[in-house]
Amino acid sequence: MTKRGNAIEIKDIRKSFGTLEVLKGINFVIPRGSIVALLGPNGAGKTTLIRILSTLLTPDAGQATIEGFDVVDEADNVRGVIGLTGQYAAIDEYLSGRENLEMMGHLYHLSKPDTKKRAAELLEKFDLADAANRPAKTYSGGMSRRLDLASSLIASPPILFFDEPTTGLDPRSRLMMWEIIDNLTKEGATILLTTQYLDEADQLADRIAVLDGGMIIAEGTPNQLKAKVGNERIEFEFDSLECLKKAEKIISNDSILVNEEKYTLSVANDKGVKKLKSLLEEFEKSNITVVTLSLHKPTLDDVFLKLTGHQATAEELAEEEKEPKKGKK
Amino acid sequence: MADTAELTRNVKPETKSKFGWFVSDSLVLIERSIKHITKNPDQLLSVAFQPIMFMLLFRYVFGGAIATGGTSYVNYLVAGILVQTAAFGSTYTAIGVSTDLHRGIIDRFKSLPMNSSAVLIGHTVADLVRNTVSSIIMILVGLAVGFRPTATFVEWLMVIGILLLFTFAFSWLSAILGLFAKSIEAVQWISFVFIFPLTFASSAYVPTKDMPTPLRIFAENQPVTQVIEAIRALLVGTPMGHHALYAVLWSLGILIISIPFATYLFRRHSTR
Ligand SMILES: Nc1ncnc2c1ncn2[C@@H]1O[C@H](COP(=O)(O)OP(=O)(O)O)[C@@H](O)[C@H]1O
Ligand SMILES: [Mg+2]
Repeated sequence: MTKRGNAIEIKDIRKSFGTLEVLKGINFVIPRGSIVALLGPNGAGKTTLIRILSTLLTPDAGQATIEGFDVVDEADNVRGVIGLTGQYAAIDEYLSGRENLEMMGHLYHLSKPDTKKRAAELLEKFDLADAANRPAKTYSGGMSRRLDLASSLIASPPILFFDEPTTGLDPRSRLMMWEIIDNLTKEGATILLTTQYLDEADQLADRIAVLDGGMIIAEGTPNQLKAKVGNERIEFEFDSLECLKKAEKIISNDSILVNEEKYTLSVANDKGVKKLKSLLEEFEKSNITVVTLSLHKPTLDDVFLKLTGHQATAEELAEEEKEPKKGKK
Repeated sequence: MADTAELTRNVKPETKSKFGWFVSDSLVLIERSIKHITKNPDQLLSVAFQPIMFMLLFRYVFGGAIATGGTSYVNYLVAGILVQTAAFGSTYTAIGVSTDLHRGIIDRFKSLPMNSSAVLIGHTVADLVRNTVSSIIMILVGLAVGFRPTATFVEWLMVIGILLLFTFAFSWLSAILGLFAKSIEAVQWISFVFIFPLTFASSAYVPTKDMPTPLRIFAENQPVTQVIEAIRALLVGTPMGHHALYAVLWSLGILIISIPFATYLFRRHSTR
């Protein structure tokens, strides 16, 4: 197979459901071997984009290629190079873990011995070996999700789509999933994953694309995105309101944030350690007691707030309560 | 294909024709649907006990009360129960299809390099297997309670052929119901609304001649009655007329329309 261009190229993809314009012209490219997180709140259109790229949904306009194959005109070729783990578990709950994997192996047209070998390997790797012969319906949420992911890996496709791979998982299962995904990139896979969790995108992705209102409103490495919000900040906690006020006077010419209830004050750390040292010296001179000191790196929450004018998580929660998310048809 | 690592890194090995892969994918999915029967206690129970229960209930509860001309009631009954069980059994296809559509697994199947209508073949062929097992149980129970068929070997083969064709036709109709239903629960009642009248407003348990005229006209001309009458004639020698011909034509007609339609609905499902 000849490999042309980038692993994934998306040009001006648009999609509406009735009058609801979900994707309003998505553009980006994913180089081979990298891992990109599509970050956006509930209803942003993440699943819709993943479904288009995995040939399940036809776009209204625009073009997308996977390993050089068009997702509409060469859908069969695309299906041969992708593995999809959808938002909802796609396992057969009456079959055992092993039977699920072997069925997928056969459907990916691997030979019988390859299928057996690969299934055993994945069960071992994903910590499912002990439960391999139990019906999948007896699996915990984390186990089902791991089996789901393993099913998409049986033929080691070079391109992987994971739609919210850790949503609904307990923290331990989530960490395990992160480790698995991290290892996959080390093996050379190209991964596009979606997430609502900012820390997850930060943790896993080389690049992040922020999807909001049907558009990619920002794209870059986690650090580039953070840079948009500003530098690291130093936060001081004082023992009294009095100390806080004094400190506030000393550094009044800087952009500072003050919390009078918690006796804390934070200031942009634009000159690194030097700045910190000089501040501490001045506090010392004025007899100001610093209780704790912490460095606050900007999070993707800050990025989202800055870019969209609303906090990702808070907005979602409010939305969820008003109108529980409609299942896909 | 010397190096497995290389094989698994690459796309499917192109060693079979498109049709060859279609057959092999269908076999994989038939195996899956059959496992749904063997691994699901509810289904196993309905395969084995429902026919036994129906046979005994009808034989002993209604047996004395219904006039069936020259034939004994148990001889009359077997054809009806065979066909009704096949019709009810076909609803498993609707449930299976709908379950696949409403759980995420359909997305996975459709994202595979295979002809996804093999999924429908998996369900409908599994129905055939299930119904064959049920039918054998029913006939054995029937023999134990007085069923005395007069069919020759060739007539038995014809019974099997007509029954399988009918089952297959109803399973594909049922697949369409499963594709239209908005939820798995909806499948249950849609199937019943559809299958109950067809099987009870037929000659399954009582001769149609005693029914009120409008019902009688419906009963005598609908496919289930034709299939029942054909099988009854073959099994116990009631008048055949054109029943076998109509039974086959009905089943073929249903298949010719429902296979492409179900396949179309399935492909189109949620791709817009
Ligand atoms: N098949 C569909 N028909 C109608 N509306 C849909 C369909 N699929 C998704 N939507 C709507 O499109 C929007 C984006 O959905 P989705 O892509 O699932 O978002 P996300 O995955 O980011 O939460 C939502 O408002 C959703 O209700
Ligand atoms: Mg989604």
